[in-house]
Amino acid sequence: MASAASAALLSYLSLSFPLLPHYSPRGTQPHAAAAAASAEKAASLSPLGFRCLRAAAASLAAMAGQERRTIDLEEGWAFMQKGITKLKNILEGKPEPQFSSEDYMMLYTTIYNMCTQKPPHDYSQQLYDKYRESFEEYITSMVLPSLRDKHDEFMLRELVKRWSNHKIMVRWLSRFFFYLDRYFISRRSLTPLEQVGLTCFRDLIYQEIKGQVKGAVIALIDKEREGEQIDRALLKNVLGIFVEIGLGSMECYENDFEDFLLKDTTDYYSLKAQSWILEDSCPDYMIKAEECLKKEKERVGHYLHISSEQKLLEKVQNELLAQYATPLLEKEHSGCFALLRDDKEEDLSRMYRLFSKITRGLEPIANMFKTHVTNEGTALVKQAEDSASNKKPEKKDMVGMQEQVFVWKIIELHDKYVAYVTECFQGHTLFHKALKEAFEVFCNKGVSGSSSAELLATFCDNILKKGCSEKLSDEAIEDALEKVKCVEVFKEFYQTRTKHRKLTWIYSLGTCNINAKFEAKTIELIVTTYQAALLLLFNGSDRLSYSEIVTQLNLSDDDVVRLLHSLSCAKYKILNKEPANRSISPNDVFEFNSKFTDRMRRIKIPLPPVDEKKKVVEDVDKDRRYAIDASIVRIMKSRKVMGHQQLVAECVEQLSRMFKPDFKAIKKRIEDLITRDYLEREKDNANVYRYLA
Amino acid sequence: MRRSSKKSSSSAAAATAGPTRGVSKEIERIDQLFYTYADSSSGMIDPEGIETLCSHLEVPHTDIRILMLAWKMGCEKQGYFTLDEWRSGLKALRADSISKLKKAFPELVTRPSNFQDFYPYAFRYCLTEDKKKCIEIPVACELLNLVLSLQFRPQVDKLVNYLKHQSEYKVINMDQWMGFLRFCNEINFPSLDNYDSDLAWPLILDNFVEWLRENKSFQHWGL
Repeated sequence: MASAASAALLSYLSLSFPLLPHYSPRGTQPHAAAAAASAEKAASLSPLGFRCLRAAAASLAAMAGQERRTIDLEEGWAFMQKGITKLKNILEGKPEPQFSSEDYMMLYTTIYNMCTQKPPHDYSQQLYDKYRESFEEYITSMVLPSLRDKHDEFMLRELVKRWSNHKIMVRWLSRFFFYLDRYFISRRSLTPLEQVGLTCFRDLIYQEIKGQVKGAVIALIDKEREGEQIDRALLKNVLGIFVEIGLGSMECYENDFEDFLLKDTTDYYSLKAQSWILEDSCPDYMIKAEECLKKEKERVGHYLHISSEQKLLEKVQNELLAQYATPLLEKEHSGCFALLRDDKEEDLSRMYRLFSKITRGLEPIANMFKTHVTNEGTALVKQAEDSASNKKPEKKDMVGMQEQVFVWKIIELHDKYVAYVTECFQGHTLFHKALKEAFEVFCNKGVSGSSSAELLATFCDNILKKGCSEKLSDEAIEDALEKVKCVEVFKEFYQTRTKHRKLTWIYSLGTCNINAKFEAKTIELIVTTYQAALLLLFNGSDRLSYSEIVTQLNLSDDDVVRLLHSLSCAKYKILNKEPANRSISPNDVFEFNSKFTDRMRRIKIPLPPVDEKKKVVEDVDKDRRYAIDASIVRIMKSRKVMGHQQLVAECVEQLSRMFKPDFKAIKKRIEDLITRDYLEREKDNANVYRYLA
Repeated sequence: MRRSSKKSSSSAAAATAGPTRGVSKEIERIDQLFYTYADSSSGMIDPEGIETLCSHLEVPHTDIRILMLAWKMGCEKQGYFTLDEWRSGLKALRADSISKLKKAFPELVTRPSNFQDFYPYAFRYCLTEDKKKCIEIPVACELLNLVLSLQFRPQVDKLVNYLKHQSEYKVINMDQWMGFLRFCNEINFPSLDNYDSDLAWPLILDNFVEWLRENKSFQHWGL
């Protein structure tokens, strides 16, 4: 039958594949052999090849169907058994030639015939059962024993090999029995062949051995955790089995392996953490934690299934970080506070990275950050307070300096910790908020009577002034030599540069170099514009009284006092003053001090700065007075008559958005308004006011 | 009463003649008195004239009675009496001679019922210029002594002392002036127990009370 079948096949093939040499059914042997060889080549065992062969065999069988001899079950099965045995031998590694396409064809055809025979010789059901039995027999006789007598890593290797073999066996057998899949199985909605095969392995081997396998794998993992080298490829393959054996679902992997892995991981790191937290400093602990997380992630990449990553890392984070957050962060000399104190930015960045992954892990850190910044700021406030209260009366001007220094320091503090927020804490809103709240706490503390708002305003004022004066001087130097010309040239220059702008000179910021011809030698004096103007007056008169100076300079008394002080009562006495005390009075008379000299040839005569703070306070007070007045008038205009306490209360309410006026201030304003005839007291009740239209 | 035309005319004449004569006599005398003190060029009694008047009345010219006289006259300008003012004042006092004027004085002083009017008048009288609304502290102190010390000696003494010591206020305005009177009338002195600074007392009085209370504690410690 074989030769008849192959002859038929050849002729069929020659029809399908015109390139093949044409052979008559009764070809000579050499030709037949060659033909067989070509056929084998032509019909490789690729899926396409299989299909071709199947098709060929089917048609062949169909053509030969009428004259077919009935194969009875035992006979047919014996034939199949040979094939199966051959396959087993190959898998066992015994010397056995590979299946030829002819072999395959025969096996397939046998099945086909036995399934298509007329009852009672259609053996589909039996063949289906025998198919399964083949696996079962093989597994129980060969596979299980081989696994049972091995342990640990050896067992794992054996398992991987057996699984691989099994898959091949399933693939081949299901191809032999394929015809069952096509009609019998699908018609009766039975389990397909491939699945049957795999399920056998699962039920007979996997179920028995999975516990051991899991144990062995986890043991290896723990070994690797302790630093030993393990066979990662092996683990990858073993875990591949867990995945594949689920036949499309991850159930086996998760229930039979992953759950145990997670438990083991938890226990492992819990133990580690217990000792690390006692032995290690916070930064060291964190470095270890970060390393562990990195390693576990790599583990996933090497052999665990990707779906384990999230769960695994969560466990590690929980055991190492979440459980020990408080003792870790609050470690005495190395915890969060210490790191902030010692500017350990790298460690703080690590802390952020680690704790940002934990639910609400950043909150305690943000709080500590806030506390730390608050403390730093409060210390600066105290420092400024202390140095302000230690001031000596003569050094009153230095107070302003201290407060300016304070503002600089506050700005530096802010810059420093803003950098921390953006770099270490990756700009997280929690930390922005913490920084803001910290600054709110100590910025609302006053420093020697001034609020921080005042100090900042004064500070900005100084910055602007200093900046401006430099600019003006530069531009002045750039231009002509003579004073007058300089101004005009600059004016023209300015007009050409910027149209539609008014040029206003800020004389108080200009500087001037004056050559003063003293008896001993000529000295160059570097003074402000106003000082220069004052000195130049003495070119016209030897002696000048205070009032004459005021008249000629046309400046305010305050300004003139400052100027005269700087020239007659300070370090360099350019002018002599009568009487020769240290304060300027309107009765003083001044004279050019020709006897003045100094070893330097050029002296800068500084002007003491105006007590800006006082001025700021005055201006603010003035503004507030107007605001209070307006509020009182508004209220009284609408109510006409009102009692004192009620008026005060309403006034405070109205102004509450801007500032908190004190009762005395309001009283004073009311009295003033009475004097100005806006209000009057009621005739019979002095506590009640009436609006005067 | 029925009057016949004849009678009326005659009686009228008699009526006008009699009282008119009486009245005009009085007015004449008043006017005459005025001109003895008035300055011929201005037609008013000027400060010099007032001084002379005072010496005739045997009253120092800083005396409150002169002030009260001025008030009665409705004098507008401090130190000057016009004829009209003189007339109305002396008429009200029913005096047409120096002696009668002298006699009317006690009545002036001991009649406190009009004091509420007199008191602000005294302040206004001291305003030296038209637009001015305040008087200087030293003047205020003098005025307080003059006007209130009879009735409220202890308060005035303390208040004057305070005003001289404090430096916040350089002048006193009408509202504060009136406040002083209210203070003397209403507040228990020297206990000050019913003074409430949350009420609408002028600020200067709040400060005064605070000062009193502080000084009291010093006194308590024998300082």
